[in-house]
Amino acid sequence: MIITNIETVPGKNIVEHFGLVSGSTIRAKHVGRDIMASLKNLVGGELKGYTQLLQESRQQALDRMVDQARQLGANAIINVRFSTSSVAQGAAELYAYGTAVFVE
Amino acid sequence: MYNLLFFITLIAVGYLVGTFAERYHYRSIDHREKMFINLPAVTIKTVNYPDDKIQSAELVYGSAVISVDYFKRFTASLRNIFGGTVKSYESLIDRARREALLRMKEMAGDSRIIVNVRIETSTIGRNANKKGVGCLEAIAYGTALTVA
Repeated sequence: MIITNIETVPGKNIVEHFGLVSGSTIRAKHVGRDIMASLKNLVGGELKGYTQLLQESRQQALDRMVDQARQLGANAIINVRFSTSSVAQGAAELYAYGTAVFVE
Repeated sequence: MYNLLFFITLIAVGYLVGTFAERYHYRSIDHREKMFINLPAVTIKTVNYPDDKIQSAELVYGSAVISVDYFKRFTASLRNIFGGTVKSYESLIDRARREALLRMKEMAGDSRIIVNVRIETSTIGRNANKKGVGCLEAIAYGTALTVA
């Protein structure tokens, strides 16, 4: 599966379009990380626990998008975008969407 | 009295540790930016490499969650009264963005160029009550092209 965020796959021709595919995941942080983060909040700096958490969830959202594209019979996803929104207290939604295509 | 002492201690700890951490982080950012000087990340979508030379295109991304220290939050709240640029937050966001870009480049491996780079920031875990963690996520993503 080729994933790009430009309109084409360089060096290949788009043969067929399958439309929009997307994947999303909502993750809440757990209490342990929250306590560490609030301590870290005093001195500032990077919150490694959160970075890791968001990175994992983003990967999961991408995986779901890829699964959806695979079911459609696509072999590439182009013009992929990410978006993040906080839905509830302490929970974030990570969303990935793109266009599934077949390239040769 | 004890409350005031506690408050001053928090600010002092925030200032000392925060400033030290920021300087350390900037040094590491500068160092790694020099390492990746041969891997440009651009916002344009097309490059003038011939199509048959491009071996692969791959989505790469990197992110960093960064939080503000107690001293900066205090100075920013003072700024809220008089207005003007909030310098203490500027450096914070700058660090988060550059860190995200660097992580994206790390993921790109031995690619030649990263095209169509987008940088987004979002606040996560912002709570209604002020006890919540005020932190910010910067994410950078783009398409890494490997050229033969």
